[in-house]
Amino acid sequence: MQLNVPDRDYMHSGHVGCPGCGAAVAMKFVLRALGNKTIMVLPACCWSIIAGPYPQSTLQIPLIHSAFETGGAMASGVRAALDVKGDKETCVVTWAGDGGTFDIGFQALSGAVERNEDFIYFCYDNEAYMNTGIQRSSSTPYGAWTTTTPGRDWKRMRKKNIVEALVAHRIPYAATASIAYPEDLLRKVSKARSIKGSRFLHIFASCPTGWRIPSEISVKIARMAVQTNIFPLYEVENGRKYTINFMPKGYLVKEYFKLQGRFKHLSESDLDQIQAMVEEDWELLLRKAGVPLQG
Amino acid sequence: MKQVLEGSHAVAEAVRLARVNVISAYPITPQTHIVERLSDFCADGRLDARFLRVESEHSALAALIGASSTGVRTFTATSSQGLALMHELLHWASGARLPIVMAEVNRALAPGWNIWTDQTDSLAQRDTGWMQLYCETGQEVLDTTLQAYWLAETVNLPVMVILDAFFLSHTYEPVDIPSQEQVNGFLPDYQPRFQLDTRNPCAFNQLAPPNVYMEMRHNIQQAMDQVLSRFGQMEDGFGVVFGRRYGEVEPLQCDDAQIILVTSGTITSTSRALQQQLRADGERVGLLKIKLFRPFPADAVRRILGGAQKVAVIDRNCSFGAGGIFAQEVRAALCNLSARPLVFSYIAGLGGRDVTLDVLKLIYRHTKDCEHCPDDSIWMGLHEVHHAT
Repeated sequence: MQLNVPDRDYMHSGHVGCPGCGAAVAMKFVLRALGNKTIMVLPACCWSIIAGPYPQSTLQIPLIHSAFETGGAMASGVRAALDVKGDKETCVVTWAGDGGTFDIGFQALSGAVERNEDFIYFCYDNEAYMNTGIQRSSSTPYGAWTTTTPGRDWKRMRKKNIVEALVAHRIPYAATASIAYPEDLLRKVSKARSIKGSRFLHIFASCPTGWRIPSEISVKIARMAVQTNIFPLYEVENGRKYTINFMPKGYLVKEYFKLQGRFKHLSESDLDQIQAMVEEDWELLLRKAGVPLQG
Repeated sequence: MKQVLEGSHAVAEAVRLARVNVISAYPITPQTHIVERLSDFCADGRLDARFLRVESEHSALAALIGASSTGVRTFTATSSQGLALMHELLHWASGARLPIVMAEVNRALAPGWNIWTDQTDSLAQRDTGWMQLYCETGQEVLDTTLQAYWLAETVNLPVMVILDAFFLSHTYEPVDIPSQEQVNGFLPDYQPRFQLDTRNPCAFNQLAPPNVYMEMRHNIQQAMDQVLSRFGQMEDGFGVVFGRRYGEVEPLQCDDAQIILVTSGTITSTSRALQQQLRADGERVGLLKIKLFRPFPADAVRRILGGAQKVAVIDRNCSFGAGGIFAQEVRAALCNLSARPLVFSYIAGLGGRDVTLDVLKLIYRHTKDCEHCPDDSIWMGLHEVHHAT
């Protein structure tokens, strides 16, 4: 299949991600859309390792690794320095995992977007602390096994809705995207790059190691998350204007859950309960987008 | 031009004169007068800088790490809890070799809540790779802030300029505010050795495995060592323009002294008065003010204190389980001398309690009269405590 996306890569062919790593796919596509007039702030996450040890770098753009919880703050400082130097061309981005975004970095992110700092914050979401060995985060979905929600203690809290939290800050642009929909992803990155102020992209990035799936179905699983409405593709402008980018095909969530080892302990009734949760979230999103409910 | 200035405003004037580009700060008493004055400067155009009003001290320093890595001059100010919250990023700033300057107002740590002066906040950060300079007067605060940028940018390490809460931060004194031309003659424009640049893409602060990490740490130690050799050069340059110098330490009549008091911060001013009184009474007493605490000027301390019979170190701080922190450093500096003075360690003035002439007299008298020097620190002026039952 031929993708209608820019083909210049700013990521070298060598990196130390796991086979099938969704976060590596996400970086590759995002950099294609951003181009090399980009400075990246990288809080602790899987990408702290994937980017390579001193003196090597996987990326062909300037990159500053930062403390775990500082993605929003450090990018604010880089932007301020570029502004002082009169550099309006360079785009400042933060590239963080779900732990660095939903949990420990949430305060600095909220502070930065409240100030409407001129940068793009990318969260690649693999739904747990994968770099440290699959511990639960507030992005881990209801029902998931992790190494800190083992056995009968599987996670019984819902995944935090990070996009809605950002939308509540009334930022100019917030969107979801998926590695399984690269054209949609690149369009959103290009759109975000053209807007001033705080922009947030939440990218669904599957993790074969942590999700207990074969590496070759990494993209398939990400596609199913969209098709089942578990991870809807949508964008929100100025905290008000919702646009849903993909309408579902009516797949059931259990098709998605049954392929993943992290959900294998769930019973049919658990899956029914999750199906109801997903439908409830989807209807809420439709209402916000002004789309009439079906049926 | 001499003006009557608050200590906090002396910091702000220096930051303005240093042509700082990015400021980032979060309010905490008693640091607020510094950042309020800088906000005024930015608002009325006297300082052409971006001021990031961030949501925490942690983010204040994180933002400066980003800005400094992008090649501009930066400043923040904090105190006590705020400095403690920054702790992780203090290591980050020095490890990344960034010449960030911070004003740190010495304030006691909670609990219980106490906004008054106490050095334990800054001294608890002594191992973070930041230079530490302790100030005594408003003029010294202004001058040291300018000097801090010179030192920071010369060796690529961050600096804390430290001033006592209220006794210095909120006290008005005559301060000579230099002209911009004078300051430019001492402190050139910042020329970063490295910076984030799309024309030369590099990765900063990345994974450093055991085969490289240790050399990186050794470089930081070497840079600290360099500060000791560069300090005099810096003061020579400063002296040419401003006609003032302070020294990494300042000895006062130590050459023939039998007993030497060792102080830092504003306790030094009161100690100067006592030292003069005692000399007038015929006592052979000297005073050593320690201004530079990191790197620790051990050679100077050995040279000045080595010939005395007794040394009394006065600490407005405590490392619980070890005692006064300046006293530990002084003892460590002297320990390999074959003949060395007895080093008495006194803890006084914690949480803003006044260290008066009378307190200092008691310290001197005790040091003079006591033949046996205790290993532990001596706590001065403790009240009798009645515990609730």
